[in-house]
Amino acid sequence: MERDFRLMKGNEAIAEAAIRAGADAYYGYPITPQSEIIEYLMAEKAYDRTGMVVLQAESEIAAINMVYGAAACGRRAMTSSSSPGISLKQEGISYIAGAELPCLIVNVVRGGPGLGTIQPSQSDYFQSTKGGGHGDYRLLVLAPASVQESSDFVELAFDLAFKYRNPVLILSDGVIGQMMEKVELKPQRKRLTEYENWSTTGKTPDRQRNIITSLELDAHKQELINIRIQAKYKRMQEEEVRYEKILCDDAEYMIVAFGSSARICEKAVHVARGKGIKVGLFRPITLFPYPSKPIEEMADKLKGILTVEMNAGQMVEDVRLAVNGKVKVEYFGRLGGVIPSPSEVLNALEEKIIGGK
Amino acid sequence: MTEEIIIAGFGGQGVLSMGKILAYSGIMQNKEVSWMPSYGPEMRGGTANVTVILSDERISSPILNEYDTAIILNQQSMDKFEKTVKPGGALLYDPNGISHHPQRKDIHIYQVEAVAKATEMGNTKIFNMIVLGAYLKIKPMVKMENVIKGLKKSLPVRHHKLIPLNEAAVNKGMESVNEIK
Repeated sequence: MERDFRLMKGNEAIAEAAIRAGADAYYGYPITPQSEIIEYLMAEKAYDRTGMVVLQAESEIAAINMVYGAAACGRRAMTSSSSPGISLKQEGISYIAGAELPCLIVNVVRGGPGLGTIQPSQSDYFQSTKGGGHGDYRLLVLAPASVQESSDFVELAFDLAFKYRNPVLILSDGVIGQMMEKVELKPQRKRLTEYENWSTTGKTPDRQRNIITSLELDAHKQELINIRIQAKYKRMQEEEVRYEKILCDDAEYMIVAFGSSARICEKAVHVARGKGIKVGLFRPITLFPYPSKPIEEMADKLKGILTVEMNAGQMVEDVRLAVNGKVKVEYFGRLGGVIPSPSEVLNALEEKIIGGK
Repeated sequence: MTEEIIIAGFGGQGVLSMGKILAYSGIMQNKEVSWMPSYGPEMRGGTANVTVILSDERISSPILNEYDTAIILNQQSMDKFEKTVKPGGALLYDPNGISHHPQRKDIHIYQVEAVAKATEMGNTKIFNMIVLGAYLKIKPMVKMENVIKGLKKSLPVRHHKLIPLNEAAVNKGMESVNEIK
């Protein structure tokens, strides 16, 4: 059979992949640069194709609470937004994490703070990887760097969310969301017909009723819940770390970058190699759990590491923690929705890492 | 082989859709492709540009600071992108509305009078396809049959009756392009 390649925007690929992953429901509220997700789901008549509910809620807050409800019923539920809208959802996300429910959240990041710009940014790294809302919780965070990964990570995200009973975040941005690339779609997967034994699908005579809540008045019981949740995050750190290394085997220098920045850095690495500079690219795919160990293992062989981020230097903290002073780590980035060019990255590498002492 | 292209002009000229058809044609020819628009709070009449990359290998950055080919369709874009063409690269432009013509000596410069030809053909909407034809004459990156397949994929079915007109426009562009010495 001839392979079916399409030319799609990252946002459209996420929407199509959600239908094909057998999602039960999407709840959202439009915001640039991610509105193509709900537009596509509506235009494709997702309900006619699989019975998937697609609903424009009255607000971001309503949308995340609808996700909470659907997830409590054991359904594959998702929402998407962009930075200011994701901030609005944080209370609901914390509740979902506290209630230990699976769901998919997509953040197509734009420049901030505040309403900021509509151009691409990676300034929500801290918010995504360190909790975001209140309480000791983490999301499992996947950072696609292409339209193909935007598609592939949707099914993966639902599966990981159910494996760990934890929200999974796809951290995209205005570049990945708005650009078009060749994408090969996964086959249609059936929606769930049987639901996990924890889901609130109505009490049956053979079991106690299921209660989904994030409220516990007894501090000692809440501590036990927290210990259980933390053990789950530790298991993620052992089992779910994902990353890609490009030209790192003989590298003297390494750039660490994720998402759209990694694409720009890949170009810079090729140009640098052409000039005889032995530099490689390390691309974290999971931002939580962070690939700290694989980065640490590289540290002894390297003369310097440059992180490149479209923010004021957030992931650089995780890289410094990973190498723990074994090698110099510097940061380069652009802010507010400005995208660095490959030549800017190369200049930063030469000035801050190779030339710098 | 990798071809990195910037297409720049006014919003509403068909800059983005021309890039999309080129990208789709690339897929039909088993190439890796990327299409990255400049976007912002922009509107018809403002400037629009799109970076299209066609490659036999995995594409790294979809955003570039220099290009193998610049296709330039208004003066603002000429001012901005003439200097971004790699030495030895190509600059294709429509002289319509251009007051400061390109000056560089280290690149190949081509003209296509696409606005004039589209008017001759009685349909100004096919302007962008004439430009695409001119480009494909200079850089035969994709075969005509794959351009037609790309058109079929990127146009809604209700517009498929326009494919012969678009094909004629691509051919017109191919025969109308001239290198400026």
